[in-house]
Amino acid sequence: MTANAPASIIPYNAVNTKSSRTFERQAEYAPEDFHDHLFELEAEGEWIVQRVPEPYVEVMTKFGRKKKIPLELTWHHKSCGQCGHIPGYSTAIFWLNRKLNFKYIDPTDQTSCTAWNYYASATSNAPAQAGVAMRNFAAAYETGYFPLIHCGTSYGHYKEVREEMMHHAEMRHQVRDVMKKLGKPLVMPEEIVHYSEWIHAVRDRIAALQTRDFSNLAVTVHPACHYYKLVQEDAIYDPDIYGGQRTATVSALIVALGAQVRDYSTWFDCCGFGFRHILVQRDFTRSFATRRKIQVMKQEANPDVVITHDTGCVTTLDKSQFVGAAHGLDVGVPVMSDAQFAALAMGAHPYRVCQLHWHSTEYRPLLEKMGIDHEKAWAEFQEDLKDLKSGKKEYLTWEDVDA
Amino acid sequence: MGLFADKYPDVPYEEKSRLWEQVKADPRFPTYLYGCYECGICVAACPSARFYDFSPRKIAQAAAREDIELIFEQMNDDVWNCSQCFSCNRCPRQNSPGGIITVLREVSVKNGLKSAKQALEGYSRIIYKIMGTGTQVSPDMLQPDAFPDWGPQVRAVSADLDVWRRALPPETLHTTSTGWQVDDKTIIELYLIWHHTGVMDMIAEVDEGLHMILNDVMEEKLEEAGYEA
Repeated sequence: MTANAPASIIPYNAVNTKSSRTFERQAEYAPEDFHDHLFELEAEGEWIVQRVPEPYVEVMTKFGRKKKIPLELTWHHKSCGQCGHIPGYSTAIFWLNRKLNFKYIDPTDQTSCTAWNYYASATSNAPAQAGVAMRNFAAAYETGYFPLIHCGTSYGHYKEVREEMMHHAEMRHQVRDVMKKLGKPLVMPEEIVHYSEWIHAVRDRIAALQTRDFSNLAVTVHPACHYYKLVQEDAIYDPDIYGGQRTATVSALIVALGAQVRDYSTWFDCCGFGFRHILVQRDFTRSFATRRKIQVMKQEANPDVVITHDTGCVTTLDKSQFVGAAHGLDVGVPVMSDAQFAALAMGAHPYRVCQLHWHSTEYRPLLEKMGIDHEKAWAEFQEDLKDLKSGKKEYLTWEDVDA
Repeated sequence: MGLFADKYPDVPYEEKSRLWEQVKADPRFPTYLYGCYECGICVAACPSARFYDFSPRKIAQAAAREDIELIFEQMNDDVWNCSQCFSCNRCPRQNSPGGIITVLREVSVKNGLKSAKQALEGYSRIIYKIMGTGTQVSPDMLQPDAFPDWGPQVRAVSADLDVWRRALPPETLHTTSTGWQVDDKTIIELYLIWHHTGVMDMIAEVDEGLHMILNDVMEEKLEEAGYEA
């Protein structure tokens, strides 16, 4: 128990990813397997199904079905918030691919899924949203690489689009006509894959290359709503993680890296992002993030770090803590993505790769606990900035990072 | 007539009914509502219900009863409080109150409701960014006056933004006014999607000024590429 924790809370050392309960999956509750319809429509000439390239790993999803996760030949569908405001997130995903020697494409023929705006303002409609999705899918298909979706909202929204395109012929034909005007085929991927599912699938490979000991780290996990609540059936579940009753994505990685996953009572709660709220009504976002998430984690689990797997969650949980601290709330936990956490475990530079200087909440004590000399790392990065400012270098390159 | 006093008696019942018919006509609507037995699981899971006078259960109930007046009230007073997290999808009846709200919001925007215009005040620059550039947020939005509540770190980012962006190893991330580098051809394809799916008409309903600016930007690029806007 933490020193200030109330007596009634769940003792954190009594709960982690292990469950004593057994859980039998009941097939009668499973929704239809979308693959059947996907391939039927392909057989009818309605669209092309882009197959998951080999080699792939099969993982279990919510109702016990298998999902194929490609290891490489991935087309990285980047995220607005990651690239714009927390770029160490995307950089870490690419760095992991490079370290694992996997071929990938970081495309410029890619737009946002535009779903953040759609959920915030409703200034779009279902056919337009499907059009944006299908344009990106077609762009990936033209390269021969398979889409890997960085954003949790893009991932959830694209699955909504898949449902709508499968079941509403009129909308499918409207979008097909728009694609014809763009000179593009109508393509649906065999699976819609989130990058954190890829990390889940390669977590043992990541652990095999781990150079930093994380066994003294306590971690709380925040699962992203649009990952596992929005079109739920193909999120990853694993009987060895939470007894298969909560999504295993992220938590299984933490376990593989030897850190301790600590539970807390508001695990299922949203972060408070709110789409429109984070941009124009942040009083709600700040209150929810600090009072329902960070403060509860602190009091019940006292973690060294919060690990999550979506753009909005990292931003909300990290940036909201400044005001919470000013108001004397019990906050002050660094927040990062599973990709950044995995990269740090594999020896990545905290600034050149993980770009932690873009994050707000104090993270240096965490780096010390990881055995990272952050002062030395910061001095190295300052030298990089000096070279960029003086014109000695135009950009920091992957070669610089690997040097 | 509904169970509650009509909060908008000046708006004719026929108009409220017309909007409701548009909601029901959305092809997604039947998969968002199967019936509600008022268990309240959606409310327990809902972040907005904790901080606002807001209830996803009431949304499902009003829709199931087809309470035209209450639905109109919700379209004006409630729907913009929703976080769109879809925590309410835990509904044991497979309802999606969040999905119903998506449709209610869309109909509000399409019909230029005053409440929709008010909800989107201050949001125009975001719509301009996403529709005009293909990425929703950009590094140069991180300005201390825009995010005073995010603390002094925002000042540090904005002070050295260009250099910090050039210190990113992925080549696509050296941009400051877009999240990543997007090809011109890609942007033009996005503009064509907006034009061919009625999105520009929706923008005109809620923000004429923004519509004019976006149209100018798009027309020029589309004409250059040989398309008719």
